[in-house]
Amino acid sequence: MSKLGQTPSQTVGPYFAYGLTPTQYGYPLKSAAGPEVEGLAQAGGPRIRLEGCVLDGQGAVIEDAMLEIWQADAQGRYPGAPSGANSSFSGFARCGTGTAPDKSYRFETVKPGSTQAESAPHINMIVFSRGLLSHAYTRVYFEDEAVANESDPVLALVPEARRHTLIAKRMETDQGIVYRFDIKMQGDSETVFFDV
Amino acid sequence: MTDSLSPRDWASHPAYIDPGYKSTGLRGPKQPLIKLPLGLGETLGPRFGREHVFEKDADLTLNGRVNGEPQGERIIVTGRVLDEDGRAVPNTLVEIWQANAAGRYVHSKDQHDAPLDPNFFGAGRCATDDQGVYRFMTIKPGAYPWPNHFNAWRPNHIHLSLFGPSFGTRLVTQMYFPGDPLLPLDPIFLATPEVARDRLVADFAIDVTQEAYALGYRFDIVLRGRNATPMED
Repeated sequence: MSKLGQTPSQTVGPYFAYGLTPTQYGYPLKSAAGPEVEGLAQAGGPRIRLEGCVLDGQGAVIEDAMLEIWQADAQGRYPGAPSGANSSFSGFARCGTGTAPDKSYRFETVKPGSTQAESAPHINMIVFSRGLLSHAYTRVYFEDEAVANESDPVLALVPEARRHTLIAKRMETDQGIVYRFDIKMQGDSETVFFDV
Repeated sequence: MTDSLSPRDWASHPAYIDPGYKSTGLRGPKQPLIKLPLGLGETLGPRFGREHVFEKDADLTLNGRVNGEPQGERIIVTGRVLDEDGRAVPNTLVEIWQANAAGRYVHSKDQHDAPLDPNFFGAGRCATDDQGVYRFMTIKPGAYPWPNHFNAWRPNHIHLSLFGPSFGTRLVTQMYFPGDPLLPLDPIFLATPEVARDRLVADFAIDVTQEAYALGYRFDIVLRGRNATPMED
């Protein structure tokens, strides 16, 4: 049977903020999703902040990018999973890079648990920006999960020299645990992007 | 959730680096993508539907009113959200944003010397119904200049963002208007593989057009579908 052709992706452009992240940017429309994952109180596990900058091929900070994250809760349960879902946890958040003084993104969430015995905890992420014609998928793994990362089947697909681009650095700050994950669109340490 | 997911068809989507669209030069990934085996993180996804849509959200001629009607040509934009096998994608969120009739965005960074319209905000959302149908009432957006090259103007367009049933079906795209003379000059439209470009152009539809009120356009959106290949996790 012949299939319908997929509608092509197009760039999110420079002016997405009042449509997709209006509350964060101070526009008079309620965002469908903000930088804090909903249902954190019921998510279990340690609260974390995930933050970083998106950098272009010359190392300049991209001020008009938008990130989305999608993750399991602290027990490794995705919302909507066929068994054992956590119905009060949204698992999703969205943040633009135009509002923080350093033009970073900042997500408030929990550290996810492993979804499978052999897979390391991770957060799924999509990058959108002006100049990015198709959205780019990446994954955030955690520095303090070195043992689990060693046996993760997806990290194993990544050339060893590039794996570090997927590992967030852990920092203990007076505001709690922060994982730092910069995204390099190009260059020597270009972040690994996936064909999802 | 999808029980499986057909591949992202790269013959339909623009490449990351396009010589005509200058901003891609430093922003598009250059390393090859690594094929990800599908797991729950890809075949499940956030649930955004009717509960995230409020009254007036789908009518952009109403949702930004301060003291009167927005300027410009009223249009209706409707269509179905389908997967590649033609199945309806029900109850999924469609978010849109666009310039006003003069080609000016509400966004604070838009410095184009064209008037803002105090009665037009330019963003809205709706959820598809059980047949996958979405529908917006809005104003036809104007063309506007951009700094990509000398005398560069974006064709009239509406930005759309869709979730579909999984994180893997996520799509952000733009809808263009039939017969726009700027289309063959627009690097963003032209970055799309030729075989797929017409999927970005809406059809004028007299059956959608509302007598003595607004012209109608039909724009169907096709998201990734299912695949016979079983998922690996």
